[in-house]
Amino acid sequence: MRLARVIGRVVATAKNDSLVGRKLLCIQPITLDGRSMGKPMIAVDSVGAGAGEIVFWCRGREASYPFLPDVVPSDCTIVGIVDEVHVKGRDQAR
Amino acid sequence: MILARVIGNVVATQKNERYHGARIMIVQPINLDGSDRGDPILALDAVDAGEGDRVLVVQEGWSASVAATGRPGAAIDATIVGVVDTIDYES
Repeated sequence: MRLARVIGRVVATAKNDSLVGRKLLCIQPITLDGRSMGKPMIAVDSVGAGAGEIVFWCRGREASYPFLPDVVPSDCTIVGIVDEVHVKGRDQAR
Repeated sequence: MILARVIGNVVATQKNERYHGARIMIVQPINLDGSDRGDPILALDAVDAGEGDRVLVVQEGWSASVAATGRPGAAIDATIVGVVDTIDYES
């Protein structure tokens, strides 16, 4: 899993049926101390994440598992909202 | 699998229910000689790894989910499956 910050939302009315009612969020991958790293992506939310929050997401086929038995076509799903990041000898990504 | 060093952990109360009770560690992938290799990732701990330990990490969902939660089907893509004692290799 990897860290990211929620930076926005995508609305798509015409979409795969099993994406209906799912929140599509723009996420920016970040380093442990909160700096942007790499390109933003679109993730399906599974834990009620909101704009500005630091989250972690799961990639690949496993990204569709939180929605079972619904088969949701996702390869990037937010699976947790971060409260604290503890890194030996470095400041925190808050 | 990849080799990595445990450099910290993440606390998250609001998370996918299959993560409850699991320790979410931050690991820095490393080369055989211990030098950093790429960016840190999060991995669930299944072997009581501690900060500073060199560990083995599996990065495939089926294995990661089984190792971390005892059964497949969880949204987990990386789990620590071993604490490394020694590495013998010829570069």
